Amino acid sequence: MLVSLNWLKNYVDLQGSTPEQLADKITKTGIEVESIEYIAKKIVNVVVGYVESCEQHPNADKLNLCQVNVGEETLQIVCGAPNIAQGQKVAVAKPGAVLPGDFKIKQAKLRGVESNGMICSLQELGVEEKYVPKDVADGIFVFPSDAEVGTNVSELLNLEDAILELGLTPNRSDALSMLGVAYEVAAILDVPVQLPDTSMETSPVKANDKVAVQVDAPELNPYYGAFLVENIQVGPSPLWMRNYLMAAGVRPINNVVDITNYVLLEYGQPLHAFDFDKFASNQVVVRRAKKDETMITLDDETRTLTPDQLVITNGSEPTALAGVMGAANSEVSETTTTVLLEAAYFDPKMVRISSKAHGLRSESSVRFEKGVDPNRVHQAGLRACQLLHTYANGTVLSEPAIFDQLDKSEKQVTITTERLNARLGTTLEDNEVSVILKKLGFNYEQKDDAFVVTIPTRRQDIQMFEDMLEEVARIYGYDFLPYTLPQGAAQAGGLTKHQALKRYVKNYFESAGLMEAITYSLTTTERATMLVSPEIEQEAVNPIRLSMPMTEEHSTLRLSILPEMLASLSYNVARKQMNLGYYELGTVFISTEKQVTKQPKEKLRAAAALTGEWLTHPWQQEKKQADFFLIKGILEGLFAKLNVEASFEATKIAGMHPGRTALVKVNDITIGFIGQVHPQLQQSFDLKDTFVFDIDLDYILVHFENEPSFAKIPRFPTVSRDIALEVADEVAAGDIQKTIEDNAGKLLKDVTIFDLYQGEHLEEGKKSIAFRLLYFDPERTLTDDEVETSYQSILHVVKEQHQAVLRG
Amino acid sequence: MKERLQALQQEALAKVKEATTLDELQSIRVSYLGKKGPITEVLRGMGKLSPEERPVIGELANKVRETIANQLDEKKQQLEKLALDKKLEAETIDVTLPGRPVAVGGPHLLTHIVEEIEDLFIGMGFEVREGPEVETDYYNFEALNLPKDHPARDMQDSFYVTEELLLRTHTSPVQARTMGEYKGNKSVKMICPGKVYRRDTDDATHSHQFTQVEGLYVDKDVRMSDLKGVLNQFAKQFFGEEREIRLRPSFFPFTEPSVEMDISCKVCHGEGCSVCKGTGWIEILGGGMVHPRVLEMAGYDPKEYSGFAFGMGPERIAMLKYGVDDIRHFYTNDLRFLKQYHKA
Repeated sequence: MLVSLNWLKNYVDLQGSTPEQLADKITKTGIEVESIEYIAKKIVNVVVGYVESCEQHPNADKLNLCQVNVGEETLQIVCGAPNIAQGQKVAVAKPGAVLPGDFKIKQAKLRGVESNGMICSLQELGVEEKYVPKDVADGIFVFPSDAEVGTNVSELLNLEDAILELGLTPNRSDALSMLGVAYEVAAILDVPVQLPDTSMETSPVKANDKVAVQVDAPELNPYYGAFLVENIQVGPSPLWMRNYLMAAGVRPINNVVDITNYVLLEYGQPLHAFDFDKFASNQVVVRRAKKDETMITLDDETRTLTPDQLVITNGSEPTALAGVMGAANSEVSETTTTVLLEAAYFDPKMVRISSKAHGLRSESSVRFEKGVDPNRVHQAGLRACQLLHTYANGTVLSEPAIFDQLDKSEKQVTITTERLNARLGTTLEDNEVSVILKKLGFNYEQKDDAFVVTIPTRRQDIQMFEDMLEEVARIYGYDFLPYTLPQGAAQAGGLTKHQALKRYVKNYFESAGLMEAITYSLTTTERATMLVSPEIEQEAVNPIRLSMPMTEEHSTLRLSILPEMLASLSYNVARKQMNLGYYELGTVFISTEKQVTKQPKEKLRAAAALTGEWLTHPWQQEKKQADFFLIKGILEGLFAKLNVEASFEATKIAGMHPGRTALVKVNDITIGFIGQVHPQLQQSFDLKDTFVFDIDLDYILVHFENEPSFAKIPRFPTVSRDIALEVADEVAAGDIQKTIEDNAGKLLKDVTIFDLYQGEHLEEGKKSIAFRLLYFDPERTLTDDEVETSYQSILHVVKEQHQAVLRG
Repeated sequence: MKERLQALQQEALAKVKEATTLDELQSIRVSYLGKKGPITEVLRGMGKLSPEERPVIGELANKVRETIANQLDEKKQQLEKLALDKKLEAETIDVTLPGRPVAVGGPHLLTHIVEEIEDLFIGMGFEVREGPEVETDYYNFEALNLPKDHPARDMQDSFYVTEELLLRTHTSPVQARTMGEYKGNKSVKMICPGKVYRRDTDDATHSHQFTQVEGLYVDKDVRMSDLKGVLNQFAKQFFGEEREIRLRPSFFPFTEPSVEMDISCKVCHGEGCSVCKGTGWIEILGGGMVHPRVLEMAGYDPKEYSGFAFGMGPERIAMLKYGVDDIRHFYTNDLRFLKQYHKA
């Protein structure tokens, strides 16, 4: 809402506040003033001039040579505007004037002829192009003939007006009118509101003799007033009205249209003017549109209607789409002489549906959608008639035709000072509350210790105690509320175990050198099914697609964090940041239904990706590429921290390197995978060797924890034995390790792999793996014989199960 | 004999003094103090002495032996220290060369901010709650006083999956869920951080995915001044003791009265400058007193219970606190961006 302060002053005394002071007060009290604009500040030396003569320039076809009387002198001015003519009153920038954009006016010679100033267009005076009336858009502005020669144009054109742009929240539609803003400002400044005088002379001829109103859908249209104004002379509206409209961001058109717009802005009540002669009927019938009924609206579009939309008809065909737009068939034009003026209340929801269905949001529909003030509908009709009488020479017929079932009653809300104080934390007294109510302009009755407040219908947002609480608080001033802390019983805040563990996991990844990434949950359909862990693939029927995505790029909910993470790596590599280690903890979305009806399962996953060099040391020439065992080490470190016993099992997963990928299993359940991304997929992301994992963190956090338990510090020495086994290449070290663990007996404390050899000293197709066995008994020192027995039985069983032989 | 011993001592000490290596010392030790050495020889010839002379010479011989041994030990230590010094000298490195790097990771700036907010509110007795990102229309809108045809739904166009399911547009549904879980007879004091989604085209100030932290306190007799007090405490702890807060009236369907909170500009301290667009204040968060219908729908009697709620955007806070100039930085995971915000 754009509020011209000069216009506002007609209803409320601003008490000499500067625009900035007023804006600050309005903002603090509840309506945010988003900006303060001036059309043109401090224009001097631009005055009204009378064009005494206008002849063609001797040396230029398109220029005119004018003698312009500006009061104390007559200036010769060269003017190129196509609409300049002798006898006009125009805006003359005299030499020395400075126009907006720091444009200085000087004496000059134009094609050999002296020119002492400039005749201005509205644009040159600072009015925005889109608000300039069309008839003067391509030329100079022409004043009405009664403008006084020599007068400063700033005043005449309202150029020094300050315009406040209000950012209205949806509840404050009452401020979608100058009167509504006036009430707000009056409450802030504690001054009265001066309402417009709508008294006028009417004709003894009755409107309701000439036109009848029939409403077939009163639930959508509880009030319809049809006013008739005859003998209209269509022409420009008065300059002051045009100025106000332009300041409010509305382009002036002609007096009839301007007056309906002016009243819309003044009262917040949209009106519609029909050319009664074109209306071609003496009855207004308001009804629901028929299915597939069509009409041509003012913008020359053919609209197909539905029964949840309302139309105004002449009894046979639609003449307006109620609350949204008129029809072309009854549009007011230059030749209109009788105006049928509609002032109506339309159901907000109906207008919302209708304007949305046709993509037509206008100053009118916006106000109807919010619900107009029931007590201002008729008033606005009268005001428009009065203005048509005054500024379009209209004859207003008495007794308009009215259909009225509108509830215009005022709500009552009861408040007590005690309850206000209890909710606000204040110590207000009754008399302070009554002062606030008076400022708001709300009537009230005091009953015992309660105020029974009558809420004016303009404030439809106020329905209950809490709404009044806000009114009192904001007029009292949020700044004056005390600072207190809750009185309720103290509670121990904190993180749940799950939340605390999540932080622990993050800290671990970071200490292991990984950076936390946060990627989008919405991805492409292609990426949503890429690099999905087998256990999720099995459960999720389809990735979940949005019903109306904005872009394909963010159309589908992810089943894996990895694709978007690879995209992040790719983004960095493209910017020459080649060495990357990222992790992310995030949700994936699993639906087990073909057609989604229920909320999907949301699982917390932990994913990581590594590429490039890891731990390089430039001056010692150390360079280590990230590899499978690095990322596996990081994951194993996490498992060790959380007491998770996991196993890794070679597997093949689409998008992953077929020989370098493993399932991650815990308690024999697959909880994720780890490995190198398939070189082809790597290439599609412009990545070199990249290693990833993706695991079910929810499972881990639910089943394990980092709670340490005490184990006695051993009093007896451990005994270690090394064993190097020669086996075929394809035998997995992990399998041998497991065989050893299962068969070595209870004295074996630990088995670790400390060497792997493949090369010239071995037969082709063979490798040698060295294990270190650690024996220990908490109760005594072990004998060599016991260890030897275990050692021999291990040799025996690995030979049997893996054809492994002791390497000589 | 006495003279002989004294001469031996003098001779041995002179040799010790001249010795320059540990080997030399060892041979001096062997030649003078060994079993075949001259002192042992002297002691062996003691049988020829008179009983009066014997203890005197014996004592002298032991003293000579001891003196030589002490000198040998002392010299040995000196030579060892010299040798060590020489060795260490040879081991000198250039301490100005860079160290071997250790891989250092770090949290995302948003995590850093969210955890800091969590910790501040935990300190004030709040618990941290989480909820689903794909939410029902009921919890996302209806339970928050936004019925199906409510005009305020225009304010937050949403990503729907079905007519009844959507990506949550705020974390407020977690509040409704928690109140529902507490069944209307227990106070609620919680914050809920999380990802939220809105139908916005990504640009410098908009992101279709972003983060929110919302808070809720419902109890008997919660006052609006409590909201002001709690937010003030948060603002001072989070942004700095010198910052002031200001509440302005606003509108949210789920609170009444509603507020927007500004903090005083850190550059001009309220005077007005380019950072705060001349107002002296910067908008940080929205909140208000929980709407009675929201309480009612969650099973709380608004006559008995009242509460406040607030919500803030960690991206916006990060942008203000650290001067981040484009919201997309939070989601492109540019290493140069992520590295700037390590918790040391």
